[in-house]
Amino acid sequence: MSGIPHDHYEPKTGGERWLNNRLPVLGLLYDTLMIPTPKNLNWMWIWGIVLTFTLALQIITGIVLVMHYTPHVDMAFASVEHIMRDVNGGFMLRYLHANGASLFFVAVYAHIFRSLYYGNYKSPREVTWIIGILMYLLMMGTAFMGYVLPWGQMSFHGTAVITGLFGAIPFVGEAIQTWLLGASAVGQPALNRFFSLHYLMPFILAGLTIVHIWAFHSTGNNNPTGVEVRRTSKEEAKRDTLPFWPYFVMKDLFALAIVLMIFFAIVGFMPNYLGHPDNYIEANPLATPAHIVPEWYFLPFYAILRAFTADVWVVMFANWISFGIIDAKFFGVIAMFGAIAVIALAPWLDTSSVRSGRYRPMFKWWFALLVVDFFVLMWGGAMPAEGIYPYISLIGAAYWFGYFLVILPLLGVIEKPLPMPATIEDDFNAHYDPKTGGTHTVVKPAE
Amino acid sequence: MLRTVTLAAVAAMGLAGTAMAAESDTLITDYDFPYEGPFGAFDQMQLQRGLQVYTEVCAACHGLKYVSYRNLHDEGGPGLPEDQVRAYAAQFETFDEEIDDYRPATPADKFPESALPEAPDLSLMAKSRAGFSGPYGSGMNQLFKGMGGPEYIASLLTGYKDAPACAPEDFPGYYNVAFGAGGFPESCIDEEGHHMAPGSWIAMPPPLLGDDVVYEDGHPATIEEESKDVTAFMMWTAEPKMMARKQAGFTGVLFLGLLAVLLYLTNKRIWHRAKYGPRDE
Repeated sequence: MSGIPHDHYEPKTGGERWLNNRLPVLGLLYDTLMIPTPKNLNWMWIWGIVLTFTLALQIITGIVLVMHYTPHVDMAFASVEHIMRDVNGGFMLRYLHANGASLFFVAVYAHIFRSLYYGNYKSPREVTWIIGILMYLLMMGTAFMGYVLPWGQMSFHGTAVITGLFGAIPFVGEAIQTWLLGASAVGQPALNRFFSLHYLMPFILAGLTIVHIWAFHSTGNNNPTGVEVRRTSKEEAKRDTLPFWPYFVMKDLFALAIVLMIFFAIVGFMPNYLGHPDNYIEANPLATPAHIVPEWYFLPFYAILRAFTADVWVVMFANWISFGIIDAKFFGVIAMFGAIAVIALAPWLDTSSVRSGRYRPMFKWWFALLVVDFFVLMWGGAMPAEGIYPYISLIGAAYWFGYFLVILPLLGVIEKPLPMPATIEDDFNAHYDPKTGGTHTVVKPAE
Repeated sequence: MLRTVTLAAVAAMGLAGTAMAAESDTLITDYDFPYEGPFGAFDQMQLQRGLQVYTEVCAACHGLKYVSYRNLHDEGGPGLPEDQVRAYAAQFETFDEEIDDYRPATPADKFPESALPEAPDLSLMAKSRAGFSGPYGSGMNQLFKGMGGPEYIASLLTGYKDAPACAPEDFPGYYNVAFGAGGFPESCIDEEGHHMAPGSWIAMPPPLLGDDVVYEDGHPATIEEESKDVTAFMMWTAEPKMMARKQAGFTGVLFLGLLAVLLYLTNKRIWHRAKYGPRDE
């Protein structure tokens, strides 16, 4: 399966041979589990397992929640309270599911920024990257639709705002919005179809997970040095890699246990901290909350959406050049989706031949600033769109686009990379000194 | 520890946002409740006193439509004996669709809905009013001081003060320093648009004045004690399974911690040879 030379599955018993000749499922399992993995992977390579686990957690808790939930505008809110009060362990199911969404996004953002830093998106892993971005978009859609289901105030009015974004598209916007909602406003048709799609999309996500894993198993994992595994002989490949089982399975499970400890502490002791209190008020179309704020994981992009107001010169220019077709609202929508599109285009925007940020002295700082920018935007998205906040969001949005569209292409040309280790084995051995027998660890001389 | 925190209008918007779009500052006191923190538990006596305040004062206008009478018997709640729950429920009438008539309520029925249409239901109030998360929307007050809906409710109940001199005497509503979403007279806004007094005017008349109830356990019935008791009761109605939830949290953290230690040791052992073993170079 992988391009890295390694030992393939050999059936050992008659039964295994019988099955494998008819369906090579054992070989598939063996090759997947024993895949040669760069032995210098660091702790940022654990988020894939966390994400896979969280998807399973969400699907399992979700399936049980559906058994007790009623997708009807008059009963949805009460049915969630029924789950919280009367269903055995229902409060735990719901809090696990609601906070599970947050865990999902914490993990996916760590996963994405990890890949941005170590250049995982670069050739030959562009397909893995594009599938990953598609999965991220699906996650956002799923999370948004799931948030509608409790039918609280923020569910209802948040849906009105987000579907209203499609209404901003010139000429066809209103028709699209009506088509999405199944009516001219948020109501029973919207709740029903969002419920249906919220149940469907995680399974598409599960399917894409398999394709995502298939893709990077074909190219092999990237690693913190960005140096490829030697493929000239099985012998050399073995010195750069270790099989996924048991080395990385155990490492990932240990990390997962730590992450879940924190997760359980939040679910057990402060399950509503990340939620919006307004969603404990039943939806009322006649009373609009003063400030409609999405969940925390959407805030950076919400900030970008709101940053481009009519008095920003790019918006005025776009308005003028398009003869008024592109107004501030539509521009904001384009900017929001554009902010995700530029992430997807990173493989072609980044001109540097060096993968890992470890060996890119200038890139390091711009990347750190991007991470800061992400949190600034998150905060800006939570603030009311008045006073200084839109300006902060605008600067944040400008840097976001600047990083991908200007800095990444330029850096590849002007930056002088640091020397890299020749092989993964060298990098690994530099960390661990066999002479001391493990009593002393050499601290990252490669960095 | 009692500390009054001024929550600026901007601080009202946080990760969690707010229903109470406070135009003006509100004064929220960081009351201590026995159920706060991971080790906190509901005080059964306090919940029973709160039930008494709710029944004798609040229930005149407000309902608790998501709470069943039988919940009063639940573990980790007020813990009324079953016969008392039955007697308590029987005070109320409920509409029975089967007989198409009213009958005395049983423990299986739910509390009535609000008697006044403009009075909001109190079942979830303690969770739906947790919306201030300062300072500057960082959520730190919520995280470290445990400030949330209960602090807001207790502050509101004790927050009725004499209206500031700048307000006209016939301004509708009642001045309350903890309420941010109400009317505010123009005469109390200065040229820069700042409010000259905290809070705003609320439609609800002061529900508690002190000594509104006589507690059976001899607990003092000052306005502050009554407010805290009924607030604790409302926290329970909003989160009746809090004790079970914290228990589950502890079990989860404990077992995952144990698992993490075992996995750490396993992982270390597995990797040891790869890291420090003999190298053929």
